Amino acid sequence: MVLLLLKRISFMIFTMIVVSIILFLLLETGLTGDPATRVLGNFASAEQKEMWRDQHGYNQPLVVRYGKWLGNFATGNLGESIRFKTEVKNVLYPRLWNTVILGFWTFAIMIPLSLILGVLSGMKEGSLLDRSISVFGILTTSVPEFASAVFFSALFVFGLKWLPGTSSMSGGFEVRQLILPVMVLVVYDFGYVARMTRASMAEVMTSQYVRTAVLKGLPYKQVILKHALRNALIAPFTVIMLQINWLLSGVIVVEFFFAYKGFGALLLEASLNNDIALLEACAMVAVVAAVASQTIADIGYTFLNPRIRFS
Amino acid sequence: MNDNQEPVLVCKDLSISYYTRAGEIPAVVDFSLTVKPGETIGIVGESGCGKSTVAMAIMQYMGANGGITGGSITFKGRDLTTLSENELRKIRGSEISMIYQEPFASLNPSLKISTQLMEVPLAHENITKEEARNRSAQMLADVKIPDPERIMESYPHQLSGGQQQRVVIAMGLLSNPSLLLLDEPTTALDVTVEAGIVDMIADISRKFGTSQIYISHNLGLILETCDRVFVMYSGEVVEEGTIKSLFTWPKHPYTNGLFSCIALPTTDKNAAPLKPIRGQLPLPFERPQGCYYWPRCDHYEKGLCDQEHFKMEFVEDGASDHRVRCLRYKDIDHSALDSGDSIREKLEIGEQVLNVDTMKKYYEVRDNSLKALFTGKTVRHVKANEELNFTAHGSETVAIVGESGCGKSTFAKVLMGLEAGTGGEIRFNDKDISNIAVRDRSTEQIRSVQMVFQNPFDTLNPSHTIGGQISRVIRQFGVENDKEKVFNKVMKLLDIVKLPRDFYYRKPRQLSGGQKQRIGIARAFAGNPSLVIADEPVSALDVSVAAAVTELLMDIQREHKTTLLFISHDLSVVRYLADRIVVMYLGHIVERGSTEEVFSPPYHPYTEALLSAVPIADPEITKREIVLEGDVPSAMKPPKGCPFCTRCHRRIGDICDNELPLEMMVADRHAIKCHIPLKELSKIKPVIRIPDEAERVHAQ
Repeated sequence: MVLLLLKRISFMIFTMIVVSIILFLLLETGLTGDPATRVLGNFASAEQKEMWRDQHGYNQPLVVRYGKWLGNFATGNLGESIRFKTEVKNVLYPRLWNTVILGFWTFAIMIPLSLILGVLSGMKEGSLLDRSISVFGILTTSVPEFASAVFFSALFVFGLKWLPGTSSMSGGFEVRQLILPVMVLVVYDFGYVARMTRASMAEVMTSQYVRTAVLKGLPYKQVILKHALRNALIAPFTVIMLQINWLLSGVIVVEFFFAYKGFGALLLEASLNNDIALLEACAMVAVVAAVASQTIADIGYTFLNPRIRFS
Repeated sequence: MNDNQEPVLVCKDLSISYYTRAGEIPAVVDFSLTVKPGETIGIVGESGCGKSTVAMAIMQYMGANGGITGGSITFKGRDLTTLSENELRKIRGSEISMIYQEPFASLNPSLKISTQLMEVPLAHENITKEEARNRSAQMLADVKIPDPERIMESYPHQLSGGQQQRVVIAMGLLSNPSLLLLDEPTTALDVTVEAGIVDMIADISRKFGTSQIYISHNLGLILETCDRVFVMYSGEVVEEGTIKSLFTWPKHPYTNGLFSCIALPTTDKNAAPLKPIRGQLPLPFERPQGCYYWPRCDHYEKGLCDQEHFKMEFVEDGASDHRVRCLRYKDIDHSALDSGDSIREKLEIGEQVLNVDTMKKYYEVRDNSLKALFTGKTVRHVKANEELNFTAHGSETVAIVGESGCGKSTFAKVLMGLEAGTGGEIRFNDKDISNIAVRDRSTEQIRSVQMVFQNPFDTLNPSHTIGGQISRVIRQFGVENDKEKVFNKVMKLLDIVKLPRDFYYRKPRQLSGGQKQRIGIARAFAGNPSLVIADEPVSALDVSVAAAVTELLMDIQREHKTTLLFISHDLSVVRYLADRIVVMYLGHIVERGSTEEVFSPPYHPYTEALLSAVPIADPEITKREIVLEGDVPSAMKPPKGCPFCTRCHRRIGDICDNELPLEMMVADRHAIKCHIPLKELSKIKPVIRIPDEAERVHAQ
């Protein structure tokens, strides 16, 4: 068990280093265009660029630069954003926090909802409830976020006038502004997780060990909660952990639509504006979150499945 | 059996149907059964005859599409078909328990054994957790599991198949049920493990007075375990009676047909061959009018058997509870029919074809445990085959016998070129082929060494026609290339395996298991091979089908003078068809010799135990009982000395644990690997005693 943990964590660190090298090569070297041109613009003279390179240490050997670059990251010195004219962390941290809030509420509603409905429909495969959930799940998942965002805005903002149309939180944090983005995300993601849970639960319900549990004379509740659920949750657990990445950097459309100041929107802004320092910081944050969530998923998986824990 | 006691279970005129898109399918019709306290009832029949459906109906667990359409199931005076789910729950697991065919699938993979055991008494009785735990541990000890405390804390995947089944049995017995349903409880287990479990189940029924319903396809097992037996065919009982009466005087042609299909010690491939039942089991919606069995029956009388469906009736002049569903049983004399009209001549043994000389096959296994990383021993060797020595001649059938994990399939893989040998040689026609991979072999070499696989269901490509698949082999082997000649060759092969010629255009899914295996045989013999390896070719098939396929294989071998390497775990079949036997245990050959030599003393102790473990469906044959303790050790951690020392009932001392015995030559081509001197081994009495024809009951 200890060995497994060590292995997973060292693998996680290894992945991060590999990604950081790729990131460094792409953004900090001439591989995809001169960084000096990117920062100073197309109209800068050759002398200006040379001076900039000298100032920012771009004339040192590659390995030394990478070492320093990585060291800066590790110590939290993320550099300065050109676009926002301030230190990267001043921009990054509030945005990240906003995304965490959005993600937390999406998860807090989506996970219980999809797991409960998925389990209920998987328990009685082919029942009315099962079929309605399946159809509803396909329907909501196949409607893209930008379409449902438009639809919900039309309904709640312009029709019923219940909710504000933008969620920029310009006057401080407001829960009412959070409702629409969370709703769009929940509706989009719920079908996917629920159908996954349903398939997994339905399979477990036909397994021989569930038959054994029933024929042992256990109460139905105990058969479901103790015998079926744990095995049925293994597959959805992996899927749910993958949703963390998606929520962090894959919901740009929703953030943009509602003018929500989240992490995904920041990533887009940074790349559109050639803001290298900000882009690097955002990319590294996304990678760390992705790798960490997968490591947690792997470790959690071994707890759900003793066959992996003891082999 | 006490006749005055109230019966535990009474099924009366029970009919069960499944509802599918094709409509209602009657799975079981007109089924009546009475189980008295302490009695063990056997239900025997081939797959699809409805025997498991009966068990599920008693449990009232038939899924969404099954239902009881008539009759009643009365358990201790209460009709189970009328009870509510909650009332059923109180009976399930506490008064009626069930043991399943696949122990591994029946245990929850993510819960500890202790949790799964303790919840049974906790659900049915008002007791504390501690009490439940103590009782569970005690029950594990009762089912003879060593070290119950350790097992309690284990997960199912950490146990062997035999231990898992013992856990399932312990689970079934925990609340001391009055009725135990056993659905093929040992089919997934090895024979020596099976013998231990069967022995234990018998003990339990004596100790606790539990009534049992034992479902099996194996007549020999039924004979060893049951008091009364029901023979089912196509959803109905065709004959019932006490073990003695039914096994000695079978009345129904189907019952008798089943006996003629199984290899008993009295059968012989030349003098007394098996007599397969012709045709196939009818599907439930294709059942013929009248007796369901008449299209396959040798005693069918037109105008009588195919008219009306009839009830069971008592056998005249028979035992009081012997009943049969046949109008002509009085006219049929089954013993008279046994006269040998199909005696075949013994085959001339040819030149030596195969010489396996100190062949070894080790697998490398990476060990990633912390301990291995520290000690640096990250690569370990699993000795799948350790110094195999034996020879095979032309037209000879050599059987390789052993339980799972003994290395018999590994040997087949090396011989086929699917794996490379680690040491030694396999000389086929005087050329070492142990290190030539199959892709490096010449067409000639591939053509002449062919294989028939164990599972006919997975070996045919589902998207190609039968004709296409056989033609391809013929062209690959360079037998024929001209389109028309290839077609004719396929037709000839279909004739040889006794399949209709229009199977050429069929897809595998349209074939039954037996038919698929015939195609597998046709494919193997397409290039007229000189050596064919048959890896458990009939173990996935039903008794009557298996007999037909076995006979077919023998016939083709006879015609082509092929050397047959027959890999099997079933000593009865091996005794029937093999000329020579190689007994393997944990990668070693522990004994090899001619069939008579292996089946008579001196035995290797493992051979002796194997002989005792195989159930024989003949009540007049007596066996010495030898039940081995425990399971086959893991090939990862074999014992240091003799591979069999951990389970041997004749262990003589430390020498067995520490030194690998050498081969002792008993006679030419008969060798035993054991520390016990030959003199001692020769004193051992035969395990199986077959009565003379004059001693038999029906002769008197």
